[in-house]
Amino acid sequence: MSQQIIYLLPVLIPIFLSILIKITWEIQSLRYPILLSGPILALWSVYKIQQNSDFMSSSINIFDIFPNIGISLGLEPISFVFIIMVNSLWLVATLYSYGYMRTNNEKRLGNFFSFFAIAIGCANGAALSSNLLTLFIFYELLTVSTYPLVTHKGDEQSKQSGRKYLLILLGTSLCFFLPAMGYVYYLSGNLDFVSGGLLTTTLSSMEVNNIAMSILLILFIFGISKAAVMPFHSWLPAAMVAPTPVSALLHAVAVVKVGVFSIIKVLVYIFGLDILLGLFTVDFMIYICGFTIITTSVIAIKQDNLKKLLAYSTISQLSYVVIAILILTPSAIIAASMHLVAHAVSKITLFFAAGAIYSSTGYTKISEMDGIGKNLKVVSIAFTLGAMSLVGIPLLVGFTSKWYIVQSSVEVGQWFILLVITISTLLNIGYFTPIIYKFFFKNKLKEISFKTLPQDINLSIIICCVLMVILFMQPNLVMEVISNVK
Amino acid sequence: MNEHAPALVVMLPIIGAVLIMLIRHNNLNWGIALISGISTIYYSIILYLNARSIGTISYAMGGWEPPVGIEYRIDEFNSLLIALIAIVSFLILVYARSSLNIELKKNKISTFYSMYLLCLGGLIGILSTGDAFNAFVFLEISSLATYVIISMGNDRRGLLAAYQYLIIGTIGATLYVIGVGLIFIITGSLNLYDISVKLGDIELYRPLLASLAFITVGIALKIALFPLHAWLPNAYAFAPSVGTAFLASTATKVAIYLLIKYLYLVYGFDLVYSNQIFIFVVLSLSIIAMFGASMIAIFQSNLKKLFAYSSVAQIGYITLGIGIANYNGLTGSTVHIINHSIIKAAIFLAIGCLVFSSKIVNIDQLAGLGKRMPVVAVCITVSSLSLIGVPGTVGFISKWYLVLGSLEQGLWVVVFALAVSSILALIYVGRIIELIWFHTPVGGMVSPNKMPFEMIAVTVLMTIATVYFGIDTRLTGDLAKIAVENVLLGEQL
Repeated sequence: MSQQIIYLLPVLIPIFLSILIKITWEIQSLRYPILLSGPILALWSVYKIQQNSDFMSSSINIFDIFPNIGISLGLEPISFVFIIMVNSLWLVATLYSYGYMRTNNEKRLGNFFSFFAIAIGCANGAALSSNLLTLFIFYELLTVSTYPLVTHKGDEQSKQSGRKYLLILLGTSLCFFLPAMGYVYYLSGNLDFVSGGLLTTTLSSMEVNNIAMSILLILFIFGISKAAVMPFHSWLPAAMVAPTPVSALLHAVAVVKVGVFSIIKVLVYIFGLDILLGLFTVDFMIYICGFTIITTSVIAIKQDNLKKLLAYSTISQLSYVVIAILILTPSAIIAASMHLVAHAVSKITLFFAAGAIYSSTGYTKISEMDGIGKNLKVVSIAFTLGAMSLVGIPLLVGFTSKWYIVQSSVEVGQWFILLVITISTLLNIGYFTPIIYKFFFKNKLKEISFKTLPQDINLSIIICCVLMVILFMQPNLVMEVISNVK
Repeated sequence: MNEHAPALVVMLPIIGAVLIMLIRHNNLNWGIALISGISTIYYSIILYLNARSIGTISYAMGGWEPPVGIEYRIDEFNSLLIALIAIVSFLILVYARSSLNIELKKNKISTFYSMYLLCLGGLIGILSTGDAFNAFVFLEISSLATYVIISMGNDRRGLLAAYQYLIIGTIGATLYVIGVGLIFIITGSLNLYDISVKLGDIELYRPLLASLAFITVGIALKIALFPLHAWLPNAYAFAPSVGTAFLASTATKVAIYLLIKYLYLVYGFDLVYSNQIFIFVVLSLSIIAMFGASMIAIFQSNLKKLFAYSSVAQIGYITLGIGIANYNGLTGSTVHIINHSIIKAAIFLAIGCLVFSSKIVNIDQLAGLGKRMPVVAVCITVSSLSLIGVPGTVGFISKWYLVLGSLEQGLWVVVFALAVSSILALIYVGRIIELIWFHTPVGGMVSPNKMPFEMIAVTVLMTIATVYFGIDTRLTGDLAKIAVENVLLGEQL
């Protein structure tokens, strides 16, 4: 019993926190301690779980929903990295969002933070899930619980975006993900994540039907549309109507990363790499992802709204991760996981910077941002670092992950992937350089008074920058854990 | 007394109905209705436990031995549904008093309770009887009571709706009787189990199929299986809220059980499903129901009508499982009978709260509800989400079994249809959720009536049930599985 409680803690802590926030919101002095206690306690609970388990050997069945399958949680290398990432960034984002929401006088703060916490709880649940059903359930709950955050503003535009958000995310998962899961269950009589792949281990090679597997792969990748592979990507730019902290944590970290994380889990632990080798849809999906990467980068160049630009860049970076997994070698899995972390840290920095610029000046459009680098030094430098990291410039974590993706694609002779990465890197430079140039080398369009940013915003941005550097110096923090995947 | 439980579950509500007509004191009658409701629950649970431990119970009504006398036959399947219906209708009764005080004229309330119990007795009768003609009698008893319930609402269109249902319901009953007559001519028996034995060595294939057709269509009218659903939306929309909640969560479900009983226990799996056309018709009608009714629901402006069309769509899910006709498909059907009963009770009770507090009839009036009545708003939101089949709610459980069942049969089209119909559900539910939470009320706030505790409590309880049984399926999914395994497929396996 106590074992079960420990495994449930990362899910329960944020949910209790959200209730606590609701109740105590009126007491000003308690706000910060309570908000910050959530991520810290969650991290502590992950640490407890990690102490209690050796990777992959232990998963705990909480209760059954259907005979023999139900909610069951466990910790394995990829989920360990993922959950640590989500919760540490939650800590940083809490600092940031409290400052942000205060400066911009956003309304219904209590609601905002409690839904925020629930969303994290769902993401943690998805991270810890040790069978596909649990993953699916938390995946869907994450969609539902982030809907109020997307529509937080409550105006017509956010309602429309909310509609798109629900329709695409729920729609694809019910249309593709659920049948795919049913088919896996039908084939193997089970839904557990098994090292080596559930389908590989349960089906003898005679039973494997290549066409069925190919279709299943497509169903999974399109069904998990949180990974925003084209053509089911349009919810992501739409979701940018949400307040910046939401975009930063959820649409750069939690939600989209749950998407790619689920794809990694499905490919590694449901299919198993062996069964996928030689499927024609693997190549097909590589082309689709390549197309997504290039197209969204081109679209990003044309954007004038900074958050929209970042959203399109996110879509392309997510496809990086998917394309990396589809190389289907152990080193590619490591590269993909590394990129998952690298992009999370870099993109959250960029979003924080964008939000800070908005808080200070009210600007959302790139064309207005000429010369702000002189007043907002920290923010602009952080933005530059984040952009450099995404482009893949050494000394920042983005370089490491890109390097490994390139390396593993060369190993198996996937020249197409190499080509895509090269082109998209050029495009990345293409859309980030003009912004950075504007920040530092152009003169202001008009004199406006810059609001001073609260210290918590600055602090959180600096932490992110430091993280980017640390992860470059010590990539083994991530990679050694992941290399335990069998 | 316990050995007479099969008779008591039917008789207690009917006795209550008669008493109520004699007493005609509104609050006292509420008490009587509650007492007969709770004693029905008691005996229904005893029945279920007995059926689980001893096996099928055969009870000779009035001491006349079957197959000549009327036999009540209680197995794990129908006793499960009896318990479900007894519990749901009791909870709705608890809720009923305050709601009826607002929605009905004072002198009609006693009649309403009486008809409610009469209908309940009739429905339980259909579930428990093992006699084809007795089933017809109970079908008529419950239908007659239903006509009265529908016509009692303050909206005068209710009269028309009741009349419409009266016509269609009578046609349905007639077709059913013709079917029973044909069977009687073929086999010389009215006892369903006797019939099923005798049908085994019948050569007359054509009259048998004719009787199957008559009975299926007759019951399908009661089920409101698309395209025979025309009576349902108006009936649900204009009946008093309590009546709607009751009918939506019980009446159609019982008719579906009767259909399943005929298909599996009387005619037998082999006869029915050797007939490819039958499967094709059932499957395609179910799919059309899921799509068509959901499409229509998207464009409704009357709140109750919207959910009435959604009921038609959901009934499509249930009959879909019958058409899939394997273990998982049938489990999906059975579990969805239970789940949909809970969901629709929750939704229509929540709507009843809205009618009570601020006379909300149209969807537009939902604007800003989240601020005015947060509890009810949450109830509607959660139970609507379970109509879509969001995991963590009961809707997901049903959908999972249906998907599994159709995958096993290789019916990819059906899987796809299930998926797409959830998207349609998402559209009409999304519209409601948006109105509730993100619109500001038009024309100022109507000062709402203060909600009585029991109405809120029952609504919340039902909503919690939609979530609880979506997580803990021991009482729904597992029991449904056992019921299907032991009763319906017992001989086939």
